[in-house]
Amino acid sequence: MGTIVSPLPGIFYRKPGPGKPPFVNEGDTIEVGQTLGVVEIMKQFTEIQSDVAGILESFEVAEGDMVNPGDTIVVVRES
Amino acid sequence: MSFEIKNPGLATTVQDQGRTGHYNVGIPQSGSMDQYSAELGNALVGNGPGDAVLECTYLGPVLVTDADAAVAVTGAPVEVKVNGETRPQWTRLQLKAGDELSFGTIQGGTRYYIAVQGGIDVPEVLGSRSTYLLGAIGGFQGRKLAAGDVVPVGGAGAGGAAVGQGSGLPEVDTVPEEFRPVFAKEQSVRIVLGLYDHRLTDAGRESLLTGEWKVTPVADRMGLRYSGPGVEWKEREQPFGAGSDPSNIVDAGYAVGSIQIPGGTQPIILHRDAVSGGGYAMVGTVISADMDLVARAAPGTTTHFVAVSQDEALVARKELAELKTKAWEALGARR
Repeated sequence: MGTIVSPLPGIFYRKPGPGKPPFVNEGDTIEVGQTLGVVEIMKQFTEIQSDVAGILESFEVAEGDMVNPGDTIVVVRES
Repeated sequence: MSFEIKNPGLATTVQDQGRTGHYNVGIPQSGSMDQYSAELGNALVGNGPGDAVLECTYLGPVLVTDADAAVAVTGAPVEVKVNGETRPQWTRLQLKAGDELSFGTIQGGTRYYIAVQGGIDVPEVLGSRSTYLLGAIGGFQGRKLAAGDVVPVGGAGAGGAAVGQGSGLPEVDTVPEEFRPVFAKEQSVRIVLGLYDHRLTDAGRESLLTGEWKVTPVADRMGLRYSGPGVEWKEREQPFGAGSDPSNIVDAGYAVGSIQIPGGTQPIILHRDAVSGGGYAMVGTVISADMDLVARAAPGTTTHFVAVSQDEALVARKELAELKTKAWEALGARR
């Protein structure tokens, strides 16, 4: 299992904007460098990208929840 | 010499001790949010306390130096890397031309500082090299750093930023543990009540001083917003010129560090890039000695506000100045 952690604090969003579809969903095949969500802090959105390839197993943070640096955002079953 | 910015990080800016004397015309002091950490970075590399540094927020930059350079990273705990290898924080590092400085994930706090011998050599604006982002003045072209920027570094004693401020490196190359600040998830912040705390009910004042307040993610160089139990205001007929909410007053000047509570729900501490006035009642002001402490508070930090007298605030200010002097002496650095 690979885990993708947040490098910064802020509010986590799975969508690029309101009313838009999520970047990725559970069960999706993801690649290295693929955007999984964004974290908003100081009016800036930082993309959270995967550093592993595999199947997205689960989101550990819900849409709109606060994350701290080092918090696991996504668990990936590596391929 | 210069630093080439490969990746700017989230919000990396040039800062020094700030631009004082223009708050009356709406220009805030700016400067390093955590002055203590920035100054000790300067001490490690033989600069004066007023030399400019790079302030890194949560996500640090990746930069390459084009010449040999003495640097030090102080402030919030983070993994410091030179060409990918971990190096200590709060310690002087000797970079060779072409070396790459980068950072891991921040482990607490909010901001860390890169000090370099000679200082960051951008032009002074109104007497300071600090970046004021909202006003787009000072620092590197009045903005945060971007990829591809080439940031000039002053030559020690060669016409650069460090002239007359001592060019030699101090004997000791590491800040002793006892002089490093703590980056805790819980803080007690000392405040002097006023000018408008008389607008709070007794229960409201009680709530401010005994409640547990948490830093929200809405926190930047202008101010930090806290969530918590809220406060209660006294009923009154709002005076002419004041807004309709009981937290509104007729516009007044804001002190640096003052605490306003719009609507009575979420207190905001105004910090170094704050507006200089407005129409919210200031219930208290963070004492100057604790402003660096507030700057170190990451989102989620639990905060208790402790009321002190103005005399106690002045003693705390003196103690902080003495601590800084002792820290510089411990390094054998010249101020």
